[in-house]
Amino acid sequence: MRIALFATCIVDAMYPETAKSTVKILERLGHEVIFPAGQACCGQMHINSGYMPEALPVVENHVKAFERSDYDVAVAPSGSCVSSVKHQHPVLAKRLGKPELKERAEAVGAKTYELSQLLTDVLGITNAAEQLGSYFPHTITYHPSCHGMRTLGLEDRQLNLLKSVGGITVEELPEADQCCGFGGTFSLKNSEVSSAMLDDKVKNICSTGASLCAGGDVSCLMHIGGGLSRSGQRPGTMHLADILASTREMEVAL
Amino acid sequence: MSQVFLGMPAPGAGNLFAEEQFPAAAHRELGNTQLRANLRHATHTIRDKRIRVVGELPDWEALRDAGSAIKDASMANLDQRLEEFEKNFTARGGIIHWARDADEANQIVTRLVRDTGSDEVVKVKSMATQEIGLNEHLEAQGIAAFETDLAELIVQLDHDKPSHILVPAIHKNRTEVRDIFLREMPQVDPALTNEPAKLAEAARLHLRKKFLSAKVAISGANFALADTGTLGVVESEGNGRMCLTLPETLITVMGIEKVLPNWQDIEVFMQLLPRSSTGERMNPYTSLWTGVTENDGPQNVHLVLLDNGRTRALSDKFGRTALNCIRCSACMNVCPVYERTGGHAYGSTYPGPIGAILSPLLTGIEAEENNSLPYASSLCGACYDACPVKINIPEILVHLRGEDVDSKRGKKLLPTQMDLLMKGGSWALSSGNHLGLLEKALPLGKLVAGKDKKIKKLPGIAAGWTSSRDLPAPPSKSFRDWWKSEKEGK
Repeated sequence: MRIALFATCIVDAMYPETAKSTVKILERLGHEVIFPAGQACCGQMHINSGYMPEALPVVENHVKAFERSDYDVAVAPSGSCVSSVKHQHPVLAKRLGKPELKERAEAVGAKTYELSQLLTDVLGITNAAEQLGSYFPHTITYHPSCHGMRTLGLEDRQLNLLKSVGGITVEELPEADQCCGFGGTFSLKNSEVSSAMLDDKVKNICSTGASLCAGGDVSCLMHIGGGLSRSGQRPGTMHLADILASTREMEVAL
Repeated sequence: MSQVFLGMPAPGAGNLFAEEQFPAAAHRELGNTQLRANLRHATHTIRDKRIRVVGELPDWEALRDAGSAIKDASMANLDQRLEEFEKNFTARGGIIHWARDADEANQIVTRLVRDTGSDEVVKVKSMATQEIGLNEHLEAQGIAAFETDLAELIVQLDHDKPSHILVPAIHKNRTEVRDIFLREMPQVDPALTNEPAKLAEAARLHLRKKFLSAKVAISGANFALADTGTLGVVESEGNGRMCLTLPETLITVMGIEKVLPNWQDIEVFMQLLPRSSTGERMNPYTSLWTGVTENDGPQNVHLVLLDNGRTRALSDKFGRTALNCIRCSACMNVCPVYERTGGHAYGSTYPGPIGAILSPLLTGIEAEENNSLPYASSLCGACYDACPVKINIPEILVHLRGEDVDSKRGKKLLPTQMDLLMKGGSWALSSGNHLGLLEKALPLGKLVAGKDKKIKKLPGIAAGWTSSRDLPAPPSKSFRDWWKSEKEGK
């Protein structure tokens, strides 16, 4: 399969290892990965902050970068950005009276998958240790990010992949389905409420005794990691892709 | 409703406004640790109950779809439904009064109470009368209104405001309730304990005299059925049944959006509402009345149909489904923001996620501080999942943020930091080349970070982030650059 990687702006700029891990996993399975160079961002920061006209060129750029026909499916290591591509882009196009863009955006959205969705539903991965050689001999816990869980309906796809990694121990996170409080610019505009939500997430993670909290969205992990780091607690955070990419030969460090 | 559209319908008034920006109100409420403990306990209890009873129904999702479809259909022809209801309700001896806004509704109710010669009324819990501030209005006119729902009674005795639409005293624990009763209830047993049964008994004794003496009752309504002209109230305590049957005069205040097309529609809503609101399979009391029944129950039956911004909300094609709300309160019970700030932070009668969209839709986004309400959400989507009529609250929150930003364009002397961030971001993120160029500066981020590769203090709006979170130092190379050198360079 020819798979187009949508790295997402935050992974591209802040967490390049996660995109490299995504490429590694897919190549390990024998697929060809391409990186459409025109890509930048899904635009949800603008949309969720209410800056719709400013979001338009960002969305148009994404659609333009991904409407090429030389790939089978697109993948992003983010539930949130994929939700935006699938759901917010057509809504924005409709709001701004762009029926043609809406149609093009829907076509791109239909070809775009979140990583665990692609691995589970399209590529048939049920056992990461056996099929991907994933090996990560640590105790982790897992936070299901809201947009992946609720908007995309990922259910236990990410968790099941993690549980099937060789050597891993997965401790259940209390109140896992509760938002970490990130919410994009919510964390700036309503920073105190956001922090109160984060406090509870940090406490719950620490209560598991895990060495790190895994998840499928680096934005939420950046938020949770920032709170853990500030609280001086031991656990860190790591993206699902980085754990899946880890093998006996090339173990990813904590 | 006329076929000719004559501009934006009138905005709602009354208790629909945030009085201060949400972050400021939230700051105050977050500081109240007792409140946070009470809310956490109460919301988690109701959440768990709701999940349990919803899980019992194999067709829950189909019921949600049906509820949503019935509401949509009703809203699409609301004018015809209301006229049909009026015809049938009037034919059975009921009297309809149309109220454009809160002021008109208050004046109508005052006149109706005065006409009876009574100077006191008993009340069934009602959001519409909270919205228009009826109790305060009646008091100013020399008419005493007694709330008979236990939690409304607690709030009224404490001279407080409700903080939840179903559990108005959710912010109080039982010891606080006991103290209010001891302080405010005449003839209360001074040895009253904080046991729920004892508290309920004290309220029962306090209210019984009122039920038996009151000549006038005021209620809201959970729904009106157009094809039969029937009104319905759903409640738990039986106080509603007393008010709806004992007095001579019954005055109901109901928002125009509550009308459903057919009698059989309540089949769907009687399954959705109790499970979503109190987490019960069935509520204890459901009262239905169709006009006047001779020599049985109230002989003077009035209905005040309230617009108060509803036509305005209906005219917003991206926001109108907010009117489908059946006031179950499931959205606030699952909301992580509401759980931490409580209902008072929202200012309006309608708190939580539904309030954050409904209040600005009824009043207009520019009214008072209501423009801060759509931002009071991390867009986690728990509300949408819980909503029994599938109102896409996160999408409407985002829509209203757009309305807020647009409403300020061209009116500011200087752009805000957020304006600048978004404008710059629009340029940077609308092209791979632009973003690539900017990413060349990533190593500069290392200079801001400390020796531990963490950024601990940022200026301006970013200070909100670093108030409680670190930020990692950026990498020296973007993925884009790595790809170019590793993959395409080969």
